[in-house]
Amino acid sequence: MIGLLSLAFTNRISATLVALMLLCVTLAFAASVGETAIPMQTVINTIANHVWNAGHEVDVIDAGIVWNYRLSRAVVAASCGASLAVAGAVLQGLLRNALADPYLLGISAGASTGAVSVAILGLGAGVLGLSVGAFIGSLVAFAFVALLSLQAGRGTGAIILAGVAGSQLFNAMTSFIVTKSASAEEARGIMFWLLGNLSGVRWPDVWLALPVAIVGLVICFGYSRALDAFTFGRDSAASLGVPVRRAYVVLIGCAALMTAVMVSIVGSIGFVGLVIPHAARFFVGTRHSALLPVSALIGALFLVCADVFSRMIVPGQVLPIGVITALIGAPAFALILCHGRVLR
Amino acid sequence: MSLELQNVDWQAGFKKIITDVTIAVKPGEFLGLIGPNGSGKTTLMSVLGGLRRPSRGDAILDGQALKSIGRRNLARRIGFVEQQADTIDRITVTEAVSLGRTPYLSLLSPWSQNDDAVVDDALDAVDMRSMKDRIWHTLSGGEKQRVHIARALAQEPEFLLLDEPTNHLDIRHQLGILELVRRLPVTVVAALHDLNHAAMFCDRIAMMDGGKLRAIGTPQDILIPENLRDVFGVSATVEPDDIHPGRCMIRYHAGGANTDVVSDFTEMKADIKKDRIA
Repeated sequence: MIGLLSLAFTNRISATLVALMLLCVTLAFAASVGETAIPMQTVINTIANHVWNAGHEVDVIDAGIVWNYRLSRAVVAASCGASLAVAGAVLQGLLRNALADPYLLGISAGASTGAVSVAILGLGAGVLGLSVGAFIGSLVAFAFVALLSLQAGRGTGAIILAGVAGSQLFNAMTSFIVTKSASAEEARGIMFWLLGNLSGVRWPDVWLALPVAIVGLVICFGYSRALDAFTFGRDSAASLGVPVRRAYVVLIGCAALMTAVMVSIVGSIGFVGLVIPHAARFFVGTRHSALLPVSALIGALFLVCADVFSRMIVPGQVLPIGVITALIGAPAFALILCHGRVLR
Repeated sequence: MSLELQNVDWQAGFKKIITDVTIAVKPGEFLGLIGPNGSGKTTLMSVLGGLRRPSRGDAILDGQALKSIGRRNLARRIGFVEQQADTIDRITVTEAVSLGRTPYLSLLSPWSQNDDAVVDDALDAVDMRSMKDRIWHTLSGGEKQRVHIARALAQEPEFLLLDEPTNHLDIRHQLGILELVRRLPVTVVAALHDLNHAAMFCDRIAMMDGGKLRAIGTPQDILIPENLRDVFGVSATVEPDDIHPGRCMIRYHAGGANTDVVSDFTEMKADIKKDRIA
């Protein structure tokens, strides 16, 4: 019995180690490829220099590109992908709706309104940056959706409908501000930001994104058994002893905060939160204790790779990452769907 | 081991769904809950199961108010099977039944071999062990219902509450489920639609009407032509069951339903005819 337990335990640990190694290799790969290819050895030496002062001889410019630009960008992409995927998995599990995604709660719409309020209307008189504006906007929109769904009554349908209403309202406000006040140049910039953009990302963003992603994942993971209990709906979860209301508040709040932070750093990257959880379910099934970590891993790997693509695919130009996630993700998802049906 | 409601009201908004219900479930019995659609059966079941708190009055388990017991502890003592609970997830029968262990698991007490054993026993009890690896959506309605009951049994409850467990099943599976439930070593409260099933399987029957508990007693006491007429609006004869001594069976009379409405309608038709002739 103890042997069996420890076997399961070591399996878990080794799986985690493999996952972390995979993530590290992908991050290093992302730091090495780009407009100027930098050898893997230089990447590893640079990381060693920064992390434990290894004192390797490296080209200063190469080291600067690897550490200051590419690596910070890759780590933020990973945090962002993990957060969005986990938020999506949690909302799909909790609301029992396969089409739920993190932007359902009005967060990306609110973020865009906040961002244009700062960038175009000049709200906050130069003190607030675009990110802070987006963060505040997303929280306002989420508060609006939450209040609306509380007013509309219990049930998951109320939350989804309130989210649709909130998103439409805030998107309309964004469009209103952009068409009324923005110049063509500003409008293009805003559109670029809305589709997701990692170019401006540096280390300070990492120190925000990474802790949020890790803490969010840990909290949601702690609720994985409760999420399983929602398999047959809300009343069934209650009859299995799950404190339903607390689970709703904690999990939806957690998903909303993770999403809001990520959106305010990199814009609203679509597709990840909706599709990655389905892909993860295809690999490991619906148990949330496996689904949440695997979603996080796939989301992180996917977004890091998507970012590399967005830098490489058109020489001399960076495409919005949201375009890439949908361009790669949609066919990949179609494959999984068809394959999954065959398996059934 | 007692589960009871004392003067319980439950209201949705300003509308009272159940009013002043006092009922005590006896240990070991099979208590049937009958009543027309909208008479408050489902609400009463969910108050008994602690899913809804009474707006007035008390729900009491072993002398302690349900609301003070706590969700987790309650789930270890009362199993609840809803009317229709489905899922889009691709889960196996074993996984679905394993959910019943939720109230016993935590970070400090993870899944153990004991949990495996309890799940296997629950599958045995509903005769579904041979199908333990089947995927949920490949099951028939009767099999799904058995899995739900097994999930509730995996909670190792003292009380098993079933809300219309035989809905949408064919007659063989309806009788199969009820037969199975009667054999289980737990106290059962089941809302039932079919009065003959209530007559066949229940030790006692509680009859709801318009949110009130109209009467409670043995099937012979409750299932009498007067009650069937007043509460359900049907005319019927109740006869002793020759094969199962001590039980009764109901024979409905065709054309006996809603006699008032029918006769009104015939009169109306006659009036229209008269008008046309005139």
